[in-house]
Amino acid sequence: MTSLRIFAVGGLISFRALFHWLAPSIYIPSLVVAPLFQILLFAYIGRSAGLASDEFYVVGNAIQYAAIPCLFAMTNIVGGEKFQQTLGAILVSPAPRLPLFFGRAVPVVVNGAFVAAFALLAGTIVLGVDIPASAIPSLAVVILVAAFSCTGLGLITAALALRVRETAVLTNILFGFLLIFTGANIPLDDLPGWMQNVSDVLPFTHAIAAARELADGASLTSVLDLIGEELLIGLVYAVLGYSLLRFFEIQGRRHATLDRS
Amino acid sequence: MNALRLIGVGWLFQFKQLSRSAFDSFLAVLWPLFFATIAFFMFRQGGDPDSLIYAGLGAAVMGIWTATSVAAGSALQRERWYGTLEILVAAPAHFSLILIPIGLATASIGVYCMVTTLLWGRVLFGIDFPVEEPLALAVAIPATLLSIGALGFLIAVAFARYRYSWALGSMMEYPIWLICGFLVPLTLLPDWVPPISWSLAPTWGMNAIREASTGGTPLPDIAMCFALGAAYVTIGVLLTNSVLRAARANASLSLT
Repeated sequence: MTSLRIFAVGGLISFRALFHWLAPSIYIPSLVVAPLFQILLFAYIGRSAGLASDEFYVVGNAIQYAAIPCLFAMTNIVGGEKFQQTLGAILVSPAPRLPLFFGRAVPVVVNGAFVAAFALLAGTIVLGVDIPASAIPSLAVVILVAAFSCTGLGLITAALALRVRETAVLTNILFGFLLIFTGANIPLDDLPGWMQNVSDVLPFTHAIAAARELADGASLTSVLDLIGEELLIGLVYAVLGYSLLRFFEIQGRRHATLDRS
Repeated sequence: MNALRLIGVGWLFQFKQLSRSAFDSFLAVLWPLFFATIAFFMFRQGGDPDSLIYAGLGAAVMGIWTATSVAAGSALQRERWYGTLEILVAAPAHFSLILIPIGLATASIGVYCMVTTLLWGRVLFGIDFPVEEPLALAVAIPATLLSIGALGFLIAVAFARYRYSWALGSMMEYPIWLICGFLVPLTLLPDWVPPISWSLAPTWGMNAIREASTGGTPLPDIAMCFALGAAYVTIGVLLTNSVLRAARANASLSLT
């Protein structure tokens, strides 16, 4: 019961307290307006270069933009506590770590999915992209899985925040890599072989591919394999991230370096 | 003379300070490279070498704006965090002489971005950037930096009363990239957009650098950079007076 309380209540309070972007004055410019302009930028570059349709860029960038809320919010699990000087108090508490960390991930997934869904909606309206109404429930599933997958990666950045001071730089760099490697703007076939190999193990790659097929009228069952791969990637990152969090926590205790960075 | 000295010393101080910040220098250089890489891939697919040069020069100038928009937008908030804002406002020098060097310093960080992006395009994508008019290019680049720096100053003043000014500065990054013709010709944008673009110095700076590089007529664009830069500074100085008057009257400078 205590674990459940830590998971649900602790997670929600932590998200509200640490993810400063929830203030409308940050949320609207950063998570509502910016993704729309990212979509417009690449859609117009695509038109200028005479490449793919607007739909390609709307779907790719809307889903990829979930990286901003997912990576930043997860990193703030540690970075925010450190900044507010509460990290020591959290880590000295006997609270079980699994619900402590994963409870904080749930609101992040929901928020990331909302940001991506809103960007997709706004992008389709502004650019006049036609996505069949029947695809909307399936797209919602894909977006949720994509947000989960990226939040898994966010757990790794959260762990690294125990060691790295400039977490904003770290998460921005990861965002940039995801923008290039996940096929959000460059078709995967046009990337060099080694980049395609990297793409295969990154969040969003399979979700974006699945969403594009759904937007073209495919059924949910026909993209289940892609969704499954995306889910698996997210799980692997989550496990890795949790293990790293535990490892750096133990190292931090051993060497008295929790607040060093 | 004192004003020029203050601007010069202020620029050097701010430039050094920004150069020490991983966020304002390292990331500012790296960030446009991600977008440049995507643009290079996209335009390379198109198969037209001219469009690749077009994209390469655009991506290089994008970095100047990136370095300016966030750092200048959050300039006053940064001084608040440092606890130096009140001291700077109370100093006998006009506050705009403190802010102008900040705008110029942020734009100057863009030189790193520009050089890095051009090297990136040359080494990894084999883009051979032409320099048809070196003298004009040598004038066009500083003119672009100065005018974007002046815009940075105006942004810094305009966002003075906004606690989360960095978010607004960050939000302005994509729109300016889009509407100033860095990677997308203005002719492709809706008819109502180009008049907005023409009021923005980055549009003319971009044109000037392209014209000087590929052999055109950069002088009118350079002149527009200087004219718009002067306009931004004038508006910024007037706005500074107004913002400071209101902040003093309402005791709201610290936004606490």
